[in-house]
Amino acid sequence: MISLDLTSALPEVFLACAAMVLLMLGVFRRAGSTRLVLVLTVVVLAVALLLIVFSPDDRALAFNGLFVTDNFTAYMKVLVLLGAALTIGMSLGYIEREQMDRFEFPVLMLFATLGMLAMVSANDLISLYLGLELQSLSLYVITAFRRDSVRSSEAGLKYFVLGALSSGMLLYGSSMVYGFAGSTNFEALAEVLAADLAFGRAPSLGLIVGLVFLLAGLAFKVSAVPFHMWTPDVYEGAPTPVTAFLASAPKVAAMALIVRVMVGPFGDLFEQWQQIVVVISIGSMVLGAFAAINQTNIKRLMAYSSIGHMGYVLVGLAAGTEAGVLGIVVYLAIYLIMNIGTFACILCMSQEGRMVERIEDLKGLGKSNPLMALALTILMFSMAGIPPLAGFFGKYFVFLAAIKAGLYALAVIGVLASVVGAFYYVRIVKLMYFEEPAEVLDRPIGAVLRLMITGTSLAMVLFLLVAGPVVGGAGAAAAALFAG
Amino acid sequence: MFEIGLAHYLTVAAVLFTLGIFGIFLNRRNVIIILMAIELMLLAVNINLVAFSTHLQDLVGQVFAMFVLTVAAAEAAIGLAILVVYFRNRGSIAVEDINMMKG
Repeated sequence: MISLDLTSALPEVFLACAAMVLLMLGVFRRAGSTRLVLVLTVVVLAVALLLIVFSPDDRALAFNGLFVTDNFTAYMKVLVLLGAALTIGMSLGYIEREQMDRFEFPVLMLFATLGMLAMVSANDLISLYLGLELQSLSLYVITAFRRDSVRSSEAGLKYFVLGALSSGMLLYGSSMVYGFAGSTNFEALAEVLAADLAFGRAPSLGLIVGLVFLLAGLAFKVSAVPFHMWTPDVYEGAPTPVTAFLASAPKVAAMALIVRVMVGPFGDLFEQWQQIVVVISIGSMVLGAFAAINQTNIKRLMAYSSIGHMGYVLVGLAAGTEAGVLGIVVYLAIYLIMNIGTFACILCMSQEGRMVERIEDLKGLGKSNPLMALALTILMFSMAGIPPLAGFFGKYFVFLAAIKAGLYALAVIGVLASVVGAFYYVRIVKLMYFEEPAEVLDRPIGAVLRLMITGTSLAMVLFLLVAGPVVGGAGAAAAALFAG
Repeated sequence: MFEIGLAHYLTVAAVLFTLGIFGIFLNRRNVIIILMAIELMLLAVNINLVAFSTHLQDLVGQVFAMFVLTVAAAEAAIGLAILVVYFRNRGSIAVEDINMMKG
């Protein structure tokens, strides 16, 4: 008897239906429907968020074990939906100004978000692949969404080619895992590996090869070194709201997926994958710190910054403990908010109505717009990890987990990399306050962006007040992952 | 009598997959060739999946292969669409011309 218990997948089913309804709405209303569809998209995401918050906490399976929900997926989905809703909300002004206000834009973002939710909830290699592809295919299209811009279409093309390559590697890895373990289901895989361990058998070589390919494909999606090559170009070429989107929600979803795959089915192969994770983590942290130093474009700088941040997150995974996963979850929550605030500031950077994105254009912002300069200063200090701002606590939890797990070298390298990284964040602050502007940035800023900048920078300052629920929820999420 | 077993299928798939990867990185002429190389990689995976499915007497591998085929079709469509947009802007699809941004 096959039962299709869809109640635990209610938010996803709702999002899928709503996305198709919005698509129809846009098609039939033709001109002038962008604003309506975009606002409705944000509403739909908010409703899905409420559905997740008020859904039961205990672990449930749907679609014959392809789909799982527990505390970990709930927390990650809340982050993904929050990131998606905020970035879609702040893109409205930009797409209207830059003549790319077609209703497909929010709908594609909605489909990408649906793909991310499917990734977070994946409990089988097949659902993992389908979620990942739904997300990636939508993202390729919105990256190339400015059809008249060479840079946007080039970014789309590069993202597509390298993304397809990574999907190919992930699939090859999945096929090897399937062949040598005999199943694609995460629980069945965990049982096979646990049995191997119990009888003292070494895991087969084919399985390890599959695991490495799988990890390589996933590392591509979070742009960890050595699979980071696409990130700076795509971030620079894509329209700014799309860059904001790429840097927030998909990173959280892909990292949640890596954590689930590594800790869940491959938990017994910890010794094998720990070395890989340590290497890519060190590579990402070091590259993120050094390569960003001589960048002139702020979107490129944010690309290297996000590579570095993913390196810090992977430190938590390298620890492989419940404390490590707690650190990852807290770090991702803070990273998401911090990143959205920074991109809201970047979206405000225009001179005489045209967007600018050189770091030098921020010169003299401390005089021309003191409040925005203050907010950006807070966000930059938080990115650098200076206490008592939120960014410090993210780093604190992952490094603490690494030290507890005995990875002293990794923690020391991480701290050193964040010191180097602080240089370029502080350089932006210096440009804003201590240099004379060539041309001042436009004022005033739209109400939505102003609200977002204020909200995120306040969240960075007042993190200690909300630290209890954030860390408590992360603890429950980590515990859910290690219980099953 | 010489018999074709699982190992042979896996070898063919591995060779095709490697050809696909090299097709992406060594090709300096045309982006269309890159799209074909991607397709080659996905087909190599399908051979793998179907061979394992027969070997394990388990249908899941073939179901997976069907999904991969479907997604590959969607992926090719989107890739070609992006390529057309790029060609309109740049007037060329040679790989060495994709250099507006460094990296």
